[in-house]
Amino acid sequence: MYNGNKLSPFLKGVLVVGFLFLYIPILSLIVYSFNESKLVTLWGGFSLRWYASLFENEQIISAVWLSIRIALASATAAVVLGTIAGFVSARFKRFRGSTLFAGMLTAPMVMPEVITGLSMLLLFISLQQLTGYPSERGFFTIWVGHTTLCMAYVAVVVRSRLVEMDKSLEEAAMDLGARPFKIFFVITLPLISQAIASGFLLSITLSLDDLVTTAFLSGPGSTTLPQVIFSKVRLGLNPEINALASITVLIVGIFVILANYLMLNSQRKRERAIAEAMRGDAPVLPSPPVGVEGMGRPGRA
Amino acid sequence: MDIQRFAKKWLKPGRGSVIAMPYLWLGVFFLIPFFIVLKISFAEQDIAIPPFTSLMAYEEGFLNIKVNLSNFLFIFTDEFYFDTYISSLKVALVTTVLCLLLGYPIAYAIARTDPARRNVLLMLVMLPFWTSFLLRVYAWMGLLNENGLINTFLLWTGVISEPLQMFHTDFSLYLVMLYAYLPFMILPLYSHLVKMDVRLLEAAGDLGAKPLKAFATITLPLSRNGIIAGSMLVFIPAVGEFVIPELVGSSETLMIGKVLWNEFFDNNNWPMAAAVATVMVLLLLVPIAFFHRFETRELEGKNHV
Repeated sequence: MYNGNKLSPFLKGVLVVGFLFLYIPILSLIVYSFNESKLVTLWGGFSLRWYASLFENEQIISAVWLSIRIALASATAAVVLGTIAGFVSARFKRFRGSTLFAGMLTAPMVMPEVITGLSMLLLFISLQQLTGYPSERGFFTIWVGHTTLCMAYVAVVVRSRLVEMDKSLEEAAMDLGARPFKIFFVITLPLISQAIASGFLLSITLSLDDLVTTAFLSGPGSTTLPQVIFSKVRLGLNPEINALASITVLIVGIFVILANYLMLNSQRKRERAIAEAMRGDAPVLPSPPVGVEGMGRPGRA
Repeated sequence: MDIQRFAKKWLKPGRGSVIAMPYLWLGVFFLIPFFIVLKISFAEQDIAIPPFTSLMAYEEGFLNIKVNLSNFLFIFTDEFYFDTYISSLKVALVTTVLCLLLGYPIAYAIARTDPARRNVLLMLVMLPFWTSFLLRVYAWMGLLNENGLINTFLLWTGVISEPLQMFHTDFSLYLVMLYAYLPFMILPLYSHLVKMDVRLLEAAGDLGAKPLKAFATITLPLSRNGIIAGSMLVFIPAVGEFVIPELVGSSETLMIGKVLWNEFFDNNNWPMAAAVATVMVLLLLVPIAFFHRFETRELEGKNHV
């Protein structure tokens, strides 16, 4: 009855309804992006004209480039700061101010963006009054805002990986006399590389998608893609935005499926390696149990 | 040797500088700004750049301190603000309950699927989350519109004879809030449900418990932490949500995020926006602190295993 492999009809129904709910809006966006008619919801025949006009829309193209530049810059900074922050909160248990530190890592993720956006803007305004810098809002201020938001997410991903990770490798290196920095770069970093990579991708999407914080931190010369979308969408449906959305879904879809595939692949490889090691024909198995012939290659001990 | 003790012993000098980097960043760019917000909430709107007065002025040997309390007096006495805060809390609460009602069965079903298919299903939940939030909200504009897909479909099937007014109503607000926040509920629920030992349910079944009873006495309590985490992840940001009420909500539904935005961008009243933000932070401090303590406990629990 509680067979893990068989879902009850109720649960199957739940999944169907749930996924229909999640995907019908996205599918309708894509379908109507090929609509000839300017009235988005009235079908006027198949056409690619909105894609063509999207690529001719200089406002959108330049906003895309700005958004990509900001996303790359803030994801990079967020990965560096977030990895350190995640490492600190997973490995250094108590230090002076650790409670405050942990709080400052949790809060940016749930704090409504209107608050973080406004507060950061007022910080920059005050800094400008005091020091004259930053002289205007733009790339730099948006970069700081996105980095702060994203580093909290990276820290959480890295921290949860470090917490569930086996510490024995780090401890072994330590017992063999490796220096802490060497341990971090040679042992820890490769082991958490997958978490760092997903933190980086998460930061990219968060940054590319952020509207509210950006609205507070951007200046007249720096309009990001979400700002352009928001200003158009506020006026009503817009077929160019449908085309843009379809392209976004396509790119994200390819990335997510590819990343998932690679992850599953490496997981399968690892499982196979473990299985082989258990059977005893793995080349790297250290010292076989004494007296058990054929369990591992002799001579490696 | 234990790695924590080792870290404590050997990293002393290096440790400080390692901690300092993220610490300083968050302190300067996240914590200090709140105090600046607090300060400016006591200022007065002014026609200047920046558009507010300074609290202190030094003039001919006098240090004049001018604290403007009217923003807060206004918030606490004017019905509009009180109603807006209450309405925002209500919208966030209803959204959380809706997400729980739909998210729980979905998370449960995914957790009970066989492992090979589980990954694909989980990826399908995550995929919309990775695409733009703004575009997902926009998608509903095309569906809910008076000439939108839902109305066209219902008219075509003959269920209704006139288009329904769904767009810019409370219905559309809650629907899109549910849609946008659902993944935040499903993921923590899933990660708790998947760890559950199914044999407990088998044992309950063997001992004669009906499935519903087994669910209520075993599954539900065991997933308590997932429910708390998911609810907090939905509730707290939903209180200050701006984009969804602005794009699909009714103009009569008051949301504090929208009020703050309007005070800042439309009225150019930065001190008032700062006061609105201050009160919102005070309101959210309790749930955020609760969520934080809860997360820390969870993490420490994991650490001891």
